[in-house]
Amino acid sequence: MPAVQETIEQVKQIDVDKYKYGFETLIESDRAPKGLDESTVRFISAKKGEPEWMTEWRLEAYRRWLTMKEPSWARVKYPKIDYQDLYYYSAPKSMSGPNSLDEVDPEILATYEKLGIPLKEQEILAGVRKADEPSSLDEDSGTPPSGSGGRQVAVDAVFDSVSVATTFKKELAKAGVIFMPISEAIREYPDLVRKYLGSVVPVTDNFFATLNSAVFSDGSFVYVPKGVRCPMELSTYFRINERNTGQFERTLIIADEGAYVSYLEGCTAPMRDENQLHAAVVELVALDDAEIKYSTVQNWYPGDKDGKGGVYNFVTKRGDCRGKNSKISWTQVETGSAITWKYPSCILRGDNSEGEFYSIAISNGHQQIDSGTKMIHLGKNTKSRIISKGISAGNSNNTYRGLVSAHRKASGARNFTQCDSLLIGENCGAHTVPYIESKNAGAIFEHEATTSKISDDQMFYCQQRGMSEEEAVALIVNGFAREVIQKLPMEFMAETQRLIGISLEGSVG
Amino acid sequence: MAEPERTRTKAEEALAQHFAELSGDDPIRDMRTTAFDAFIEKGLPNRRVEDWKYTDLRRLMTDAPAPAEPVNPERARDLVDQADIFADIDRARIVFVNGYFVPPLSDLSGVEDALDFASLGRFLNGGGALLERSEQVDPGEAPVYALNSAFVRDGAVIRIREGAKLTKPLEICTVFAGNGPGLQTLRHQVTVGDGAEAVILQSYVGPDGVGYHTNVVSDIRIGKGAKVKWVKAQEEGDQALHLGLLLPRVEADAVFDPFFFAAGSAVARSEIRMIFDGEGATSGIRGATIARGRQHLDTTLIVDHAVPECVSQEFFKAAIDDEARGVFQGRINVWPHAQKTEGKMMSQALLLSENAEFSNKPELEIFADDVVCGHGATCGQIDEEMLFFMRSRGVPADEAERLLVHAFLAEAIEEIAHDDVVAALEARTRRWLSLGGEVR
Repeated sequence: MPAVQETIEQVKQIDVDKYKYGFETLIESDRAPKGLDESTVRFISAKKGEPEWMTEWRLEAYRRWLTMKEPSWARVKYPKIDYQDLYYYSAPKSMSGPNSLDEVDPEILATYEKLGIPLKEQEILAGVRKADEPSSLDEDSGTPPSGSGGRQVAVDAVFDSVSVATTFKKELAKAGVIFMPISEAIREYPDLVRKYLGSVVPVTDNFFATLNSAVFSDGSFVYVPKGVRCPMELSTYFRINERNTGQFERTLIIADEGAYVSYLEGCTAPMRDENQLHAAVVELVALDDAEIKYSTVQNWYPGDKDGKGGVYNFVTKRGDCRGKNSKISWTQVETGSAITWKYPSCILRGDNSEGEFYSIAISNGHQQIDSGTKMIHLGKNTKSRIISKGISAGNSNNTYRGLVSAHRKASGARNFTQCDSLLIGENCGAHTVPYIESKNAGAIFEHEATTSKISDDQMFYCQQRGMSEEEAVALIVNGFAREVIQKLPMEFMAETQRLIGISLEGSVG
Repeated sequence: MAEPERTRTKAEEALAQHFAELSGDDPIRDMRTTAFDAFIEKGLPNRRVEDWKYTDLRRLMTDAPAPAEPVNPERARDLVDQADIFADIDRARIVFVNGYFVPPLSDLSGVEDALDFASLGRFLNGGGALLERSEQVDPGEAPVYALNSAFVRDGAVIRIREGAKLTKPLEICTVFAGNGPGLQTLRHQVTVGDGAEAVILQSYVGPDGVGYHTNVVSDIRIGKGAKVKWVKAQEEGDQALHLGLLLPRVEADAVFDPFFFAAGSAVARSEIRMIFDGEGATSGIRGATIARGRQHLDTTLIVDHAVPECVSQEFFKAAIDDEARGVFQGRINVWPHAQKTEGKMMSQALLLSENAEFSNKPELEIFADDVVCGHGATCGQIDEEMLFFMRSRGVPADEAERLLVHAFLAEAIEEIAHDDVVAALEARTRRWLSLGGEVR
């Protein structure tokens, strides 16, 4: 397993590179005044050039939000957030088209480089050229630039709150796939957006989702038309950049009848002292026979070794298997953030629809993770599978919280859940809180959970063969989580194995 | 945070009124008032209270009857004999009717030498010191406990002597004998001395068609190295509401095996909050629930592994028919430093009808790393293939189904590992199955 070797190397580097993505890009930005009231909501809406109905939609959400209470049921503790002490909108300014990469704000280029975005894609992202123009960087013009590993990946980089650019537009357009910042989609495809926005996560869903509905700045919009298999993996990089800005992403993905799309979301954030708020909403809609695969690697700043700083990640992700035979699959690797509050869910509405949730959640230091999923079986013969691997180390707490329910009409529903927790060190906690509710005799639910530490036998075996304690832990943890790692798209697999190594740094010895 | 003014439910109003009518010269009046105030401040638990998510008492408890009066022992004798779950077992018996100890119906012959017994009623008249020993519960967070302290009239105070071995099981029998609604509130305090061995049975019976309430708290201490089997059989009448709370504290190297058999009442919740207080103790907590009609039966357990090297095994089965609803909530807490803990929990439910419901919430909360903990939960219907197998061999469909359900429940019942008790509960299960309606 060469990837394991990579992890080991990564662990070795840790002394010099505590948090690889902890850089801060200093670029000018254009932002709304601090605080939140109706004028902030109007400001954001105006900045985006939104139609009247959208402004009203936001205002309605804002008014609703004022009447809501922050949820307190999750097993996470944090100081009270002052919602008036945040900036709700911030856009990078340097966006006028430069002629070559030399003219691009070097800070932005440095950010891309650290993110590992290929140079040719950087050109497009920075607005030097359009995706379909030949690059000055190489000779073989005419072909669209390729992503890493020869596979095509379209990137919609969300730099702070505005999508800087979207690549591969033409390639996707040829297939009829719409992949653009949601703010653009609101202008260009208002009917489509209006039909689906808020249809999976209603405006009134929960405190953070409602806040997002009022102030979301940008995010991705994907529409895959009937019968189309999206020709490439779609990908975004989320970054929280500007000091004290909340990041309120809104993603909406619709797979029309018989369509297929795989979407990758990678997250890194600069290191800083103050806590940052991130309250994203992701909505997926799968119509008849459609399939959506949504993968996330979340590696935001988890705070320092004393638990200072770090990102608050309060995310509402939900997929609606609206059509029959549809399928939605969530895969997540959660290694970052000081606090994670996240439950990617599936509403299995269509008959024979299928939901999947594969998760690795690693907490170290003083991180707190409360994550899991909901599988709501409404249709007949619906199937779901949950595999969750929680790893806690240091002084962290890691909670799996999940719901599996079968409603009256969900005959033939089937669920299998496995959640395993691994404890490293005696000061951490691992918790499992599943809710299993069956209202249909024909539903078959199975749930299995285990909690243990790395066995002494395994450690002894590895160390006896010359591995250091940390190498052995990285190897064993990678093995523990392999069922989920295998579900990740190629692009994320190697990164994940590296991340596992980094995340568990300092957890033993 | 100040909650907005809440209007009391009909049952809460009734409880407040009954409490106000309790006699004023009660020596433990202050203690009762503190408990009742703690209860009424929050009111009946509802689905927004996490521990009561699936058993919303504010909705399920529509009224609260007044405390029941004692009855003539001779009138109760027939009832006690009729509804005798453990009739075939040679055992000692402590009988409570309507919540009061009835000496003429009780018989401790054969075990007197091994234990001391007194009714709690006698102690209550001399002050309530005995009532305050439960450290496992905060009355503000435990409505059943708070109501129990407010209304308790009687109970069994049992001390099994150090090293004593009970030669036969000891039954604490609770019978409701009223023709109309009434509330019986009991508090048992059982101390099992170091190294003692005992089988303790608790039975609950009452008439069908009477909306009476039972509230019982059993506060138990299991001494070092003691071995105790505790079997609770709940067959209350079909309109009854049963709230039970078992509070065991288990000391080092003890073996404590409680079993919950739940078949009766309209609404019931049996809760156990157990704490391991000494290293090397083990406990097998098991149960079988059978429900039909519109019954709502809840089993909730919280097991605190507060010290290292204890083992707990939880194994629960439920067969739910008609429009009945079953609930299982189980939480294993492993405290920091409780290393070498083993906790294994399994909950299995069989839904026998289209409209039956089961909610399962097995939780693990773990703060020590060197542990082996796990839980499993399943929910489904009778395996069609098993049914087919039996029918293809000439077993009629309804009998095949009964056999399969019986076998399913027996798996848990047999774990009691006491032949007479197993036989008694299996007989109750068979009876329940034979009374069942037609097969789907």
